Amino acid sequence: MITRFFNVLGGGLLSFFQYLGELVLLAADTFRSIFTHKLRWKLFLNQIVEIGLLSQLVVVITGAFTGAVFAAQTFFQFNKIGMGSATGAVVSVSICRELGPVLTALMVAGRVGAAMSAEIGTMKVTEQIDALRALAVYPTDYLVVPRALAMMVSMPLLVAECVAVGIASGYFIAIFLLEINGTYYMANMVRWTRNRDIIMALSKAFCFGILIVFISCQKGLSAREGAVGVGRATTEAVVNSSLAVLICNFFLTMLLNIIYPAGYQ
Amino acid sequence: MIAVRSLAKRIGQQEILRGVDLEIRTGETLAIIGRSGGGKSVLLKHLVGLMTPDAGEIWIDGQNIIGMSERQLGTIRVKVGILFQGGALFDSMTVEDNIAFPLREAGERDPKVLHAKVAEMLEVMEMEGQEDKMPESLSGGMKKRVGLARSIIRRPSCVLYDEPTSGLDPVVADSINRLIRRLQQRFGMTSVVVTHDMKSAFDVADRIAYLHEGRIYFHGTPSDLQRSTDPLIQDFLLGRSEQCAAAS
Repeated sequence: MITRFFNVLGGGLLSFFQYLGELVLLAADTFRSIFTHKLRWKLFLNQIVEIGLLSQLVVVITGAFTGAVFAAQTFFQFNKIGMGSATGAVVSVSICRELGPVLTALMVAGRVGAAMSAEIGTMKVTEQIDALRALAVYPTDYLVVPRALAMMVSMPLLVAECVAVGIASGYFIAIFLLEINGTYYMANMVRWTRNRDIIMALSKAFCFGILIVFISCQKGLSAREGAVGVGRATTEAVVNSSLAVLICNFFLTMLLNIIYPAGYQ
Repeated sequence: MIAVRSLAKRIGQQEILRGVDLEIRTGETLAIIGRSGGGKSVLLKHLVGLMTPDAGEIWIDGQNIIGMSERQLGTIRVKVGILFQGGALFDSMTVEDNIAFPLREAGERDPKVLHAKVAEMLEVMEMEGQEDKMPESLSGGMKKRVGLARSIIRRPSCVLYDEPTSGLDPVVADSINRLIRRLQQRFGMTSVVVTHDMKSAFDVADRIAYLHEGRIYFHGTPSDLQRSTDPLIQDFLLGRSEQCAAAS
């Protein structure tokens, strides 16, 4: 009984570390390829459209409604103690430092990560990746590098967009629906929101983009067993990406808070 | 040109190849026959470095490809093309883009040159005017032809065919066999055809190798094979199952 327990535990741990190793190797291979081999610009631009342009609607809606509901909830609590005009500062700093990057990353993991994993996984199980290799094309160069670079460029822009829309929607809700004084709202928001909050948002966006792209590509590249395998790879890509974003967000927050401390200093 | 020495491969608990020794001479067409699941496709994928063996050597043009990195294998893969069983066409690309893919990857950018070379390949494959079709709208035989056009457009010195006639009706299968012959005559390519279709093997092969239980059990000319009195070979040629052979 005890031996079996440790066998299961050990097997699970080994699989986990093997998975982490594969992710690290894929990332290392990709960065080596970025610096040593030519970039396929057409594929890169296609991915910019796929990741950046086609995610606009999702990101804008996420930012708008998150900003709106956060402004409303903050006002409901703060107004009880006569601090309704501080709503802008709380909304702005929170969206910059946490909500904008995390929610955008979760939406991108669901939309783009799933698509990446499914596309690469289908190519894997239909021998298209073997065909690439047989035609002397290195799959990392062709499939992963354009996606990784496009993600590194697109994610900070998407997060910036989400943050901007979130702050704007919070403002409109606060001013026109909750009837907070606009001058105080803006003054507090500008006073408490610093460049470091924006840098924190963009830093997190970059890190989350890297997590999503490598987790999704690795899942696609390791897909097997036909349609069921592709489905499983896609689900695991989204779940693992989302969990990785949430877990890494905590550590990034703690680390970045040392470099860029929150508050008016 | 290609020499296989003591090649062994195990997948899971199953020993697929148990020490395959084989020589493929320049310019010849070698058919590798054997029962389904007997390791023919596995052997073929080893020849182009798509699988890594547990033991053994594969020499192509004087270079042992075992132990080469994926990038080093690129130079070998330019010399050796492969036709996959289902064609393995890129499903997001048109027929023209599929066939032109190896040229684009090799740096050719001139649309006129690309179009002319694709048209020439489609003419060889007897598929003129199909440039704009997507793979999903092609029949099984057409997919194999497009896959073949893609693998030979850079004129490799050797082409590997994985079950080129499987799943095709006899007429289309015959046209694929004639195509393999024509390519060998026109471009002087060495061909390795993996098949369990005996008609196809006799139609295209200069030599036939019979893979049985992970080893080359027989190799010789098609007429040597037909003359063989070995019961195992006779059973395979006549399509007799073990139970049927035991009963007779």
